[in-house]
Amino acid sequence: MAFALDEQQQMIAETAAAFFAENAGGERTRAAMASGIDRDLWRAYCRELGFGGLTVPEDLGGAGLGHVELAIVAEQAGRTLAAIPLLGHAMATAALLASDDRAAIDAHLPAMMAGDRIVAAGERGGEGLLVPHAAQCDLLLLLGEGGARLIDAGAATVEPLKSLDETRPLARVHASGGDPLPGGTAPCEAACAAGVLCLAAEALGGAQEALDRTVAFAQEREQFGRPVGSFQAYKHRLADRAVEIEQARSAVWWAACALDEGHETRALALHAAKSFCADTYLRVAGDMIQLHGGIGFTWEHDAHLFFKRARAIANMLGDGPHHRERVARIMLDEAA
Amino acid sequence: MKLGFSDMEEAFRRECASWLDEQMAGEFADIRGIANLVDKPERRKAWERRLAEHRYSCIGWPIAWGGRDATLNEQVIFAEEYARAGAPNRLNHMGVELLGPTLLALGSSEQKARFLPAIAEGTAIWCQGYSEPGAGSDLAAIRTRARRDGDEWVIEGQKIWTSLAQFADMIFVLARTEDGTSGREGLSFLLVDLDQPGIAIRPIRQINGEAEFNEVFFDGARCPVENMVGAEGEGWTVSTTLLSFERGISTLGQQMQFRNELDAVIAAARRNGKAADPVFRQRLAEAEIGLRLMRYGALRMLADGKGGALAGAALTYKIQWASWRRALGELAMDVLGQEGEVAPVDAEAWPLLTNLYLYSRADTIYGGTNQIQRNLIAERGLGLPREPRGNA
Repeated sequence: MAFALDEQQQMIAETAAAFFAENAGGERTRAAMASGIDRDLWRAYCRELGFGGLTVPEDLGGAGLGHVELAIVAEQAGRTLAAIPLLGHAMATAALLASDDRAAIDAHLPAMMAGDRIVAAGERGGEGLLVPHAAQCDLLLLLGEGGARLIDAGAATVEPLKSLDETRPLARVHASGGDPLPGGTAPCEAACAAGVLCLAAEALGGAQEALDRTVAFAQEREQFGRPVGSFQAYKHRLADRAVEIEQARSAVWWAACALDEGHETRALALHAAKSFCADTYLRVAGDMIQLHGGIGFTWEHDAHLFFKRARAIANMLGDGPHHRERVARIMLDEAA
Repeated sequence: MKLGFSDMEEAFRRECASWLDEQMAGEFADIRGIANLVDKPERRKAWERRLAEHRYSCIGWPIAWGGRDATLNEQVIFAEEYARAGAPNRLNHMGVELLGPTLLALGSSEQKARFLPAIAEGTAIWCQGYSEPGAGSDLAAIRTRARRDGDEWVIEGQKIWTSLAQFADMIFVLARTEDGTSGREGLSFLLVDLDQPGIAIRPIRQINGEAEFNEVFFDGARCPVENMVGAEGEGWTVSTTLLSFERGISTLGQQMQFRNELDAVIAAARRNGKAADPVFRQRLAEAEIGLRLMRYGALRMLADGKGGALAGAALTYKIQWASWRRALGELAMDVLGQEGEVAPVDAEAWPLLTNLYLYSRADTIYGGTNQIQRNLIAERGLGLPREPRGNA
């Protein structure tokens, strides 16, 4: 047992970090905010980087990697606030693979992997559902009691909305019909697991970046003749956030490993990771504004992009209380 | 990256578990599950010797010194099984986990030969003489002095918060050996026999009524010159090496004890119906998540394997577990309500959870307070500028 990235995983982390550092980030994300997706970035991610089929088996033309690698990549995407449809893509890929529906896989996966077909995913197939990237997508993955339905975006009524998080805008979706993917509950569960992990890892990356930028600011900004970061009021708050980020990293790795190994704790791990990482991101991004002072409240500064992304992540695929209640069920009810 | 252990490691786990269970069900049943550090010291000394007879007293040490040369994973497994079996906290924790590794790394061959066997055999219990009334968070402000007298060092001064000194045979002491020095300069690391006229030990009663900590007074206490570890004036470096071992394997065992404590809170919540209350369910879930993340944080820390270099998971571990446990104590009392405030008139000690509530207030103080931990994380981990300091 070695609970650390192996050599290949380390390489993927470095490759992804370099790719997003070069191609994504504040300016690119801001430019994409008008249309909702940075399509050039997404195509480069899928084709040049070759990560469009990251978790797709090699016999289907993918890289054949697992949840650990997905988490590593999502962390870096989250770090740079990349305006890409990674969430829906990861969820739909997982649902299709779990369905083992050869026709659906052949119909959608190659185009998805090439970055030509964008999928938006939402939980519960009900009325008036808010789905990220629904106004930009080609396909909608709707998860609900009846299973996972993959439908053409044109077959749904999609109402674009002004969204708090413009780096991943929401739209209201009204959709009925469409047959659920085969495989019982498996496609739904696989999609949820991939989505929750993806969001937790994104939150980890976003929180780490928000902390790093705030630390850099605290080292440079001087008041009272000293860097503000030399004051304990700054230090202690930043230290607390650093502690939480370390725990968030443990949560993401645990969840990713547990999924790949089919470990008995995987449900617990996913609920823990989503609630803990989202909470951490909310706190770090809030502190990012506070500790930057007035400049952190300006539109020009990136702090609000992190702050808004954090809020959106907290609400997606179940909020903190929801996931903690699930943890409570596992620890209090099932074992009783 | 992997979560699980190998088949061979799991076999080692079963071997440890069955031996520990047999001991705790049989001859040592009377000390099973003791949660504090002061009950039944003589029986616990016997337990230290029993561990040694079966080569379980210091499995991470080299075979030549009574250990098993156990791998990191095997040490993790043993620590987990030890706590799971309800074996009592190690009376010789400081000898086995702190001084032993320090001597193995920095001791002379003569020092190793003189001191290591008795630790391995469980016949010499050690305690740690660092803090002083004027040297707490600012540990380098040590004023205890040692002056050379022929072949001996003669020690004058006072140590405080010395855990288990009342049961110990030996103490390792950080003392100032060079006149006119201050701060980290001029300190030396000495190994001192506690059984001598120049030493007086006075227990300190704590908020839970027990006395685990002590004051240790040195009034002309002596040790031979060959009991200095490292060179004269190099005591600070030796003590830093020693403290780096403190964040080692034993943390995983400590977590099994935390697991037992959380399980006791859960059981209490089930009994009085609070396990069905949504507010308590949220808090219990938070505690569960915090404990799990501690485990995976510790595994990351061990996998990092950069001995001594404190970064990331290792640097944040102390404040993480201490804060978690203090919050668990508060949750325990909220779950228990008034029932947590009472015990039978003739009870010698508080029940587990009330004691947890009280004792956990010390967790965020000893071994570096939460405030000091935050400074360390901010300065060493995040690279923020140092606080202005006095003359140190």
